[in-house]
Amino acid sequence: MAWTREQMAERAARELRDGFYVNLGIGIPTLVSNFIPAGMSVQLQSENGMLGTGPFPFEGEEDADLINAGKQTVTELPTTSYFNSADSFAMIRGGHIDIAILGAMQVAENGDIANWMIPGKLVKGMGGAMDLVGGVKKVVVVMEHSAKGESKLLHRCNLPLTGAGVVDMVITDLGVFTIDRKNRSGMTLIELAPDVTLDEIKGKTQASFKVANTLKH
Amino acid sequence: MNKVCADARSALAGLLKDGMIIMAGGFGLCGIPETLILAIRDSGVKNLTVISNNAGVDGKGLGILLDTKQVKKMISSYVGENKTFMNQFLAGELEIEFNPQGTLAERIRAGGAGIPAFFTRTGYGTQIAEGKETREFDGERYVMERGLIADLSIVHAYRGDTEGNLAYRKTARNFNPPMATAGKVTVAEVEHLVKPGDINPDHIVTPGIYVKRMIHVPNAVKHIEQRTLRKRQRADALAGTGAEV
Repeated sequence: MAWTREQMAERAARELRDGFYVNLGIGIPTLVSNFIPAGMSVQLQSENGMLGTGPFPFEGEEDADLINAGKQTVTELPTTSYFNSADSFAMIRGGHIDIAILGAMQVAENGDIANWMIPGKLVKGMGGAMDLVGGVKKVVVVMEHSAKGESKLLHRCNLPLTGAGVVDMVITDLGVFTIDRKNRSGMTLIELAPDVTLDEIKGKTQASFKVANTLKH
Repeated sequence: MNKVCADARSALAGLLKDGMIIMAGGFGLCGIPETLILAIRDSGVKNLTVISNNAGVDGKGLGILLDTKQVKKMISSYVGENKTFMNQFLAGELEIEFNPQGTLAERIRAGGAGIPAFFTRTGYGTQIAEGKETREFDGERYVMERGLIADLSIVHAYRGDTEGNLAYRKTARNFNPPMATAGKVTVAEVEHLVKPGDINPDHIVTPGIYVKRMIHVPNAVKHIEQRTLRKRQRADALAGTGAEV
């Protein structure tokens, strides 16, 4: 059985480590914050200029001056700090953020990612996505395996790229892949969702991949 | 030398010209200089190039200047929340130059710091890098991006003293401090206008040297784009789990 959105987020949360500084994208990645293990200290960065992003406010306590990068009202924690947008992206570009978890439209076996525009459709802009994939130490993509029956894991992306050779891990509803972009040695399947067979995932994946000896079912 | 003006109109007097480049602080509708934006609308100045992370929403923020078709071009990272923008763009009435958000912020910082260009990894191998110089440093490829300077920067701060020293509040800081440095002229609106010495010098974020004129906006209306809340019961359930959401 394929993983649900929550289970994909829960799997992504297993990539977090105590003391990590983390940037979460919009959609399934946002759910990752619900699965941070008890006792683990993780600080969430919001690229509009906040480190230590707290939960949504209680009704009546929302503050127009306190939002996350999705423009949602959030709250402050004792660990919170604020900084300007240039400092925020210096932090990102400078490699100080440990992990970014974000969504994608396509990922290629060489670590290319496309998640900001579809030619011929209205383009809203890339926001901070290009800076995040180019600057953060580890980039984890969480996305559905397929869209409209088409694999989103490809030999090469056919949509305009957000970043070239930047993705380290892809978590889909069917399994988990790692991409060794430093050694350019391609993509490896390391885990399957419960009751998903190797044949099934092979049939639904256009990208080439190796299967880890230690493949987990 | 008096930096404090009676109102937004007088603060902008003599500074506005058709075809000029304006930087406007804010992220979404957070920390935007809306009183100054309204005065720019009322001035009727047109063919503006506006550098701002977003383009407001319909009727709010920079959406105000889009409604009146005073903007010719936007330089932004994300404009998804504005229908007027999309309609004008599709009709060919509005140009857009998308910059990655961090590249935009750094272009502004560089402009204010007298740095004409810099190299960044962001966007290498994407269409953003097309037509731009690229170089290798220490085995990594980088794209050259140019610094940005505006004819006028408009910013919003929480506190300001009459010398133009500014302090911001929470995430309303965002693009305001770098933009304050990158305008040939910077005009600030402040929610609390105080006398010199009232802001602890250690807490001043924008030194007054960057601010030419300012106005007091004690009743500035602040907008919330996405009012997201949690239920009290859920928070009780979460208490003690160590979850920091």
